[in-house]
Amino acid sequence: MSNKTIYRPQSKTEYSSYLYILPAFIFYILFVLFPLGDTLYTSFTEWNGISEKKWVGFDQYINNLSDKKITSSIKHSFILIIFYSFLPIIIGLVIAGIMIRVKIYGMATYRAILFLPQILSMIVVGIAWRWIYAPKGPLNSGLDFFGLENISRAWLGSFDYALPFVGLIGTWVMFGFTMILFIAGVQKIPTELYDAAKVDGAGAIAEFFNVTLPNLRGEIIVALIFTVTLALRNFDLIYITTGGGPGTSTMIPSMFIYKKAFQMNQVGSASSLGIMLTLLIFTLVSLILIILREKK
Amino acid sequence: MNYQNREKIIAHSIFLLGSLIVLYPFISILFLALSEPGTRVSGFTIPSGIYFDNFIKAWTGGGFANGLLNSFIVVVGVVSIAILCSILAAYAFEKLDIFGVTPLFAILLIGLVLPYESIVISLYYSMKSYDLTNTHLSLILPQIGLSIPFSIFWLRASFRAIPKSLSEAAMIEGATRFTILTKILIPQMIPAILTLTVLLFMWTWNEFLLALIMIQDAEMRTAPLALSYFAGNKRYGDPAITAAAAIWVALPVLITYIFLQRKFISGMVTGAVKE
Repeated sequence: MSNKTIYRPQSKTEYSSYLYILPAFIFYILFVLFPLGDTLYTSFTEWNGISEKKWVGFDQYINNLSDKKITSSIKHSFILIIFYSFLPIIIGLVIAGIMIRVKIYGMATYRAILFLPQILSMIVVGIAWRWIYAPKGPLNSGLDFFGLENISRAWLGSFDYALPFVGLIGTWVMFGFTMILFIAGVQKIPTELYDAAKVDGAGAIAEFFNVTLPNLRGEIIVALIFTVTLALRNFDLIYITTGGGPGTSTMIPSMFIYKKAFQMNQVGSASSLGIMLTLLIFTLVSLILIILREKK
Repeated sequence: MNYQNREKIIAHSIFLLGSLIVLYPFISILFLALSEPGTRVSGFTIPSGIYFDNFIKAWTGGGFANGLLNSFIVVVGVVSIAILCSILAAYAFEKLDIFGVTPLFAILLIGLVLPYESIVISLYYSMKSYDLTNTHLSLILPQIGLSIPFSIFWLRASFRAIPKSLSEAAMIEGATRFTILTKILIPQMIPAILTLTVLLFMWTWNEFLLALIMIQDAEMRTAPLALSYFAGNKRYGDPAITAAAAIWVALPVLITYIFLQRKFISGMVTGAVKE
């Protein structure tokens, strides 16, 4: 902020500066802030989308929290955080720890490949994985090949396996991103820090915990926020792979929001769930920032 | 074998393995899509020949000509308007004298982590009341609003990186603020603007929930929406045809990625860190 140049126009009043931010804020207010406020209002009402909205206070929130299906969908989201966030971050950190001094030949190509799942529509990703997990798909053919026919099954149709197997798709989407992010971060750590650790007689493990990990704090915060937010939203992938099923075994809040608002005409209830999801995301992002922020 | 060499081999093996894990699902559906119609493909057989029949069936059966065109229109609308508005706003935030920069910026911060799920319900009923559902506008307008927070963050950082001396010289010569922006600052920012264009293109192209809610007419579907209907359609239940359809939808982003991969990667990695 200190190196900011300020142009003070001589002839015009400074109010004209606001004209520059006006178009952006018109779009932002009309299509983001207003709908957010409107959803908040609707969340305190009972509404089927057609009749008058009926004010019911916090009833929708209380009903949602006492609905077993909804609380278990929130539980599913937290399980998905393990797959979308913790696993890729651990994989990325371990690999970044190994990579400290090794120069990789063909790094640009590896990076381009590892990043690939990030750029594609989750609908495309979901269709690819639906095929992998299909009853006669590659996973089961592979199991048959190794004589493990008795393990093979319709993975996404199983009450026990559907959720973790959807979670593994998330791990697959994210691990390349965390790897690239952490390796880029490791390369910015001054080599003197590692030399100093060596002089102190630190082994590879001590080096990782004393030098690598603390210096990747910023990257870890970024990776956590990015992956946790995706794990909590996650609508596209669930929609195309399981639709929340079998039963409600892979239901997540965003799927309930869609079903309640657009198939069951419970718009008030859907809105309150939308606000709850938003609050959950804001809370977790704030917690990540507060806990991991650099102490000054 | 010395320690250094062993370390190198382990590191390269990890990257090779990681890349294979990432590529396997894509190669798997590519083989499936190229397979001879009617044959049973498992995951491990390499196709006996290359057949494009599945691609043709998917293209004609799923309305993907329309889907790709609709997506293209939406992308052009969102990216051009969002970037234009964001350049102006980021310039004002970083270089002009504005009272209340911090609270205004904090309001934008909300938009960075706000889930679509919290606004789509209200957007749907607003669009319906203006008779705008089933139009490109119902997809373009909200996505401009949602693209603006990230775009302003991204562009503000690149305005900050331009040395003061450049614009000061122009100011002494009497250039207006708008001329300084268009003639001096924007030319310096072409790489940053191009990266932002690529990111917004990708995010807009892949957006699904908004299209699912706003669009009911088959001919107005965006590419990912057309794909999701196609994949759920029993008449085209053959996984090989669905695989071909998925490749059609992924192709535009994939081709752009092959040429501009550095922009995608640096954009997402540094963009995330800047936030």
